[in-house]
Amino acid sequence: MRGAAALVGVADIASPTGELDTHGRALEVAMVGAALADAGLTLADVDGVCHPMSSMLFAEYLGVHPCFTDSTMTGGSSFEVHLEHAAAAIAAGLCDVVIDVYASTPRSDRGRQVNRPRPQMMGPNPAIEWEVPFALRQPMGPYALAASRHMAVYGTTSEQLAQIAVSTRHWAAMNPQARFRDPITVDDVLASRMECSPLHLLDCCLVTDGAGAFVMTSAERARDLAKPPVYVLGAGTAHDHSMISQMPDLTTTAGVVSGANAFRMAGIKPDDVDLLMSYDSFTITALLHLEDLGFCAKGEGGAFVETGATAPGGSLPMNTNGGGLSYTHPGMYGMFLITESVKQLRGEAGDRQVDGAEIAIAHGSGGLLSCMSTAVLGTEATL
Amino acid sequence: MSETSAPFWDATRDRRLVIQWCTACDAPVWFPRDVCLGCLGDALEWRAASGRGEVYAFTVENKPAMPTPFGDEPYVVALVELAEGPRLMTNVVGCPPQSVTVGMPVQVTWEELSDGRNLPLFEPA
Ligand SMILES: [Zn+2]
Repeated sequence: MRGAAALVGVADIASPTGELDTHGRALEVAMVGAALADAGLTLADVDGVCHPMSSMLFAEYLGVHPCFTDSTMTGGSSFEVHLEHAAAAIAAGLCDVVIDVYASTPRSDRGRQVNRPRPQMMGPNPAIEWEVPFALRQPMGPYALAASRHMAVYGTTSEQLAQIAVSTRHWAAMNPQARFRDPITVDDVLASRMECSPLHLLDCCLVTDGAGAFVMTSAERARDLAKPPVYVLGAGTAHDHSMISQMPDLTTTAGVVSGANAFRMAGIKPDDVDLLMSYDSFTITALLHLEDLGFCAKGEGGAFVETGATAPGGSLPMNTNGGGLSYTHPGMYGMFLITESVKQLRGEAGDRQVDGAEIAIAHGSGGLLSCMSTAVLGTEATL
Repeated sequence: MSETSAPFWDATRDRRLVIQWCTACDAPVWFPRDVCLGCLGDALEWRAASGRGEVYAFTVENKPAMPTPFGDEPYVVALVELAEGPRLMTNVVGCPPQSVTVGMPVQVTWEELSDGRNLPLFEPA
């Protein structure tokens, strides 16, 4: 599968106000149109459709009759999972041009009468009996539990977690679309309201409108299209629980598995990575990813980020768009990990461009630290 | 409450904490299921748990997600690892939230529900 499929078109949108003018299908279709235009393709080329709620309904709306379809719903990592499945399908010859889309407008929906579709859980949900009665605040509560455990076992501090928010904000300052761009300090994070201990308000992601789409095709076809292809060098997905009380070890995610599989397929090591786009629903989420993907040893994430390693000028540029913490977080943020990776690998990232970026990781985290999906993406030079 | 979990909740009416065990594997099964995950067999029975354990992870909730018996007061949501092995979500009560720590020994205590069942909470042991 390595190098068999490529990302050839991307589009995304967010705004400094946190709100967008359009929503629903209109926004989704606008993103698909923009991503296809970016690739130099049209809807008539599409024979594969991914959508985190229903690829069948969305394909019908578009008038597309796909021969590859994927509605896999793993929360925020859904788009990395779709990317993996699409790359495998393209490599296997099942289809030729695949689109994936996401649009969510939780912020502007507050002033609008809408029935926002919610992720559906099929079958019995044991959380109703074994978790809900104890009033754990969602979604930050489970992440707070993970942070408390990490602090107790490894001595990680609130200051170290805060540094992730600070470094990410430095990147956001260079993204005109980011919700928050003013610099913050570790003290600002610690002085913000304690939500669920040990997580403060500024340890938590935003609630904003946002949308995006990507287009994938075979490596062969990609070379004739409008933009330099970004190749899928490796991919891996793993999940180890749904309820946080069932997570085997609250300090270690299934990213250990998804990351190792993706890196192995790509034939790379953490040292080879120029850019890490890592799902940052909370500061602790990003810290766990750094450890689980092997950028530092387990328990050393705090010391790693404390030096500013993930900030502009650091050894590992992370979340260069400003992340879920400062750029946008419409609910399932994984789409933006992919669109930013592609922009960086094409050299289209403007002020925040990482010089000479050849290999990027898009690492999605879905559910409650549940489903991890890792994509290794690279330029032509990495094939 | 499902047919599978009914014995757990019935026992709470007498303030007894019970855990499902596979007699073939001699291992606890949590959360309650229709088969043992070790052998996929159904030689399951309910055994009394010690009610003792320790705090595995916790958070102090300052802004409740829903109406709770704690009113406007901060409260602790924790994962407690029972001496028998299973890890349960619960509330730690009977002490100031600030005094809870990871590794703290706790024991079960009960909060009565309106239908006569009791909710297993934990307090410092
Ligand atoms: Zn068994």
